[in-house]
Parts: sequence; C-alpha cells; structure tokens
Amino acid sequence: MPRLYTFLKYFFVVLWACFVIAPFLWAISTSFKDFNSVTGGATYIPWLQFEPTLDGWSVLFKPGSQGGINIIGPYFNSIFVTLTASLISIVLGTLAAYALSRYTFKAGIVKNNDITFFFISQRIMPPVVLSIPFFIFLSSLGLLDSLAGLILVYIVLLMPIAVWIMVDFFNRVPREIDETALIDGCNPFQAFFKVVLPNSVPGMLVAGLFCIIFGWIDFFFAFILTFTKVQLLPVKIVALNSSITPWWSLSAAALVSVAPLIIVAFIVERYLSKGNLSGALK
Amino acid sequence: MNFKHKYVFLLPGLIVLIGILIFPIIFTVRLSLSGWNSFNPGLDFIGLKNYIRLFTDDPRFWQSFFRLSFLAITTVFLQYIIGFALAHMVWKDIKFKRFFRVLFLIPMMTTPVIMTVIWRTFFHESLGPLNDFLSIFGLQPPWLSSPGLAKVSIIVVEVWQWTSFMFLLMLAGLLSLPKEPFLAAAVDGASPFKKFIYVTFPLMAPISIGAIIIRLIEASKIMDTVFVLTSGGPGTSTETSSFFIFIKGLREFQMGYAATASFTYLIIMIISLTVIVKVLTKVLMRE
Repeated sequence: MPRLYTFLKYFFVVLWACFVIAPFLWAISTSFKDFNSVTGGATYIPWLQFEPTLDGWSVLFKPGSQGGINIIGPYFNSIFVTLTASLISIVLGTLAAYALSRYTFKAGIVKNNDITFFFISQRIMPPVVLSIPFFIFLSSLGLLDSLAGLILVYIVLLMPIAVWIMVDFFNRVPREIDETALIDGCNPFQAFFKVVLPNSVPGMLVAGLFCIIFGWIDFFFAFILTFTKVQLLPVKIVALNSSITPWWSLSAAALVSVAPLIIVAFIVERYLSKGNLSGALK
Repeated sequence: MNFKHKYVFLLPGLIVLIGILIFPIIFTVRLSLSGWNSFNPGLDFIGLKNYIRLFTDDPRFWQSFFRLSFLAITTVFLQYIIGFALAHMVWKDIKFKRFFRVLFLIPMMTTPVIMTVIWRTFFHESLGPLNDFLSIFGLQPPWLSSPGLAKVSIIVVEVWQWTSFMFLLMLAGLLSLPKEPFLAAAVDGASPFKKFIYVTFPLMAPISIGAIIIRLIEASKIMDTVFVLTSGGPGTSTETSSFFIFIKGLREFQMGYAATASFTYLIIMIISLTVIVKVLTKVLMRE
C-alpha cells in the first residue's frame, strides 16, 4: 500500500511537471524557427527536425523602422510601472495595516474588520468594470496614455494585496514589542519606525513580491488606458498576435517577458522552505 | 494609546484608495442610467431603461454570466483538488523536493495573456503540437473552433495558470501546521489515508476556505485568457461577463448599457461570493 502510494505520488508529480513545462519547451523550440519550419507542421528538435535560426530573437532588439519589434521600451515601462505602484502600495498598505492591526476604529457600524474588508474587497472589482470610468477619469486629468495614469490605476489593483498580507502579518507580531517601546518613552511613530518596522521586513518582502507579481501580469488596464506613447510589455506582445502571426518572434518575446518573474518563483520557494512565508500567507 | 496617531497611519492609504475609486464608482452608477452610445455620447437621463433591457431582453448577458459561473467553479474546483494534492505530495519526503516546488510555482508568475498566446499556438489545429501528438491516434480535434472544446481549452489554460497559486497557498498552509496532531496520529498507528481524512484535512479546512475564496474572486474576472484564446468565440460560446461588458462598452461603445451590465454583474458577484463564503464555512468547518 505505501509502495503504491509512493509510485502514484511520483507519477502524478512528474506528470504535472511535464504539463507545467510543456508550453515553455514549445515556445523555446518555436523561437528558433522561421516561416517554413512553422508552417510545415509541428516540429520540436532543432537540427534534427528543422534548421534553427536566430531571426525570432534578433527582431526583438531592432527598432521598428527596420522591421523590428523593439520590446526594450515596453520592457522598461513595465518594470517602472510595476515597481513604482508596488512601492506606493506597500508603503500605504503597511501603514494602514498597522493601524488596523493595533488600534480600534469605530464609526457607527463600521469597525476594523469592515475597513480591512473594504480594502481587500477591491480585488472583487473586475478590471472591465473599472476600465470605462477610468478611461474617462484619466482623460479628464490628461493622464490617458501616460505612466502616471497607469500607476494610479495599479495602486488600486495592488494595495488590497499589500493590506491583506500585512494585516495578517502584524496580527502575528507580538504587541509587546510596541508596548515596550512606548513604555521606554517613544511616541507611537517612533515606536513604529524604530521598532516595529525593522521587525516587519519579512512580511513586507512577501507583500512586495505579490504586488510585483500581480502588477507585472496585468494586461487589461494597460490595454485600455494606453495607446502609442506608453506601451507595456503584455500589450506589445498581444498586439503581435493579431495579424499574420510570426510565431518565432512571438515566442521569443514571450520568453523574454516571463523570464524575470521566474526568479521570483525561486525566491518564494526559499521563503516557503525556510518557513517564513507560512506565517505571512495563512 | 493616543487616538490621533491611528488616523495618521490609516488615512493615507484609505484616502488614496477612495480618492482613486470614488469617481469611477459614482460615474458607473450614473452612466448606467444614461443612454451614452457612439451616436449620442453624453450623460442624458433615461431612468431605468437600461436595467429593464438587461433583465427582460438580453439573454446574451445572462448566458455569459452562467458560462462564467460554470468556468469559474469548474476551474477553481480542479485547481483546489490538484493544488492540494500537489502541495501534499511535495510537503514531505520526496526526491528533488525543492525543484518540484519551484517548478509548480512558476505558472502563476507568468503573465496570463502572454502564456495564452503561446497556448494558442499549442492548440493550433494543424500546426500545433497537441494535435500533432493526437494524430498518432487519428484524432484532430478542433480545439478552438468548436463551442465545447473551446471551453475545455480555456479550462486547461486557466488550470495551468492558476493551480500554482492554489498550490502555494496550500503548501504554505501545510508547512504552518502544528506537529502534535500528526505525532498523536502516528502513535495511534493511523494509516496515511486516515491521517489525511482525520488530521490533515480538518486542520486545513480554514486555509482551504480562504484559498478557494481568493481563487473564486480572481476567477470571477476571467477575461485575459478568453480575450486571447478565443475572443469569446466561436460565436459567443466562450463569452464571459467581463468579455460581454468589454464588447458592449469598448467595442460597440454602448457605454451606458455596459455600465448597467457592470453594475448588475458587480452586485450579483458580491451577493453570490458572500453566499459561497457562508456555505463553504458551513460545509468545511462541520467539526
């Protein structure tokens, strides 16, 4: 019986690993093909089944005037928007989470839990519901097709995540830490910045990772709220999908754009194995 | 503690969030009472006309809503079963534990639209690897152009993408469980199966509820995958609520009507998620 279980376990895990990795292998193989090898039917192994070329990759770094795609600009836009919005969300979210974890709020029937729920519930809002009013809102501010406008929208997307993780995290940081600091003569701000904050770095890192993930993978807002001046990576790549699709450059671009966050997978796994994430995510 | 400080901590975030959101929300409600479209852009007032049209004369909206419910519940159910199973399998002794853990985490880190673009080439009827493999058995299923299989394709992509998130939440939960109940079960000589049913599963119930809710909230927004993989087609057979609103509002520019659909959809979502939370809490927390 235990043997059967072990066998099934390995079988299932390996099977799922193959499923997870399949689209990546296919994309890697496709990125080295050219028009003839793509349209000739599915092939997988370079040299053996098709003659590899670097066309798909070189086209990514050429400017548009030479028939290139130039994903470098969108790449930096994506990085900038994601990091800025994450940073703002973490700062504001951490402060709010600390208040919600340590103090009691009461305004009529609204209590702490309701405020926390209000923050988190913003995730329920489907992007498409917000996109129409945001379109009009940002155009009235002159922020349509700008990085600042996108950052504003991404804060709504990311702050709920920051608050969700940080409230849980602060609830686990013992209250005695702040109380000792207060008795020692700190005012509440000093207690927070000098004592609580240094102890909250693990929680903030986890919250930051999640903000970066969910900022980086967003497509819809960037798709609706930007046109030509500012382009983010996912929009750029999906635009390639429209006409006669050059599968090779599409695959290369896709691989380049998902690569940075794969590093995040390693970081998250380290946290998991060290046991730091369990507390922050439960 | 001094009561003024707490507002200094709370208010910056709260004000920024409300400040960004208040206009869009009020505007959506107001827009839903207007006939704003491409011929007649402007905030006129037509009362509840849009709502009457939505509730009495638009089967397409309701079909897209039931399709969304079906897709969301199916994918989250599969993600929960597979994610929990995978987390349980790499929880303890397994070779290459960390390799598998990293690998299983990767899909959630990848941008859904971009991976879906790859999946679209994967599902391609004549040039994709899937049908190349199935042709060994003499099969050439039209993955993206038959209404039934297009739904299956979307489910496959959604499960691929988001099982890793479920896996992460469940594994983090498993790793945070106390050791004592397992020791007690081992002392009693419980079989692995019994240990799972009587110890692991009940201990994981609150975490399961949390994870399922988070995933249901995210899945109720299914849009990116549909947009790239099938564009709602063939016909409207894979259209979800979000996609319906997108077509009405930002392709046909019936802004007023799209706002009505948005607002109705949001209210239904909030009510049904609240009910689901209540039911799940009852079912999984029986003990």
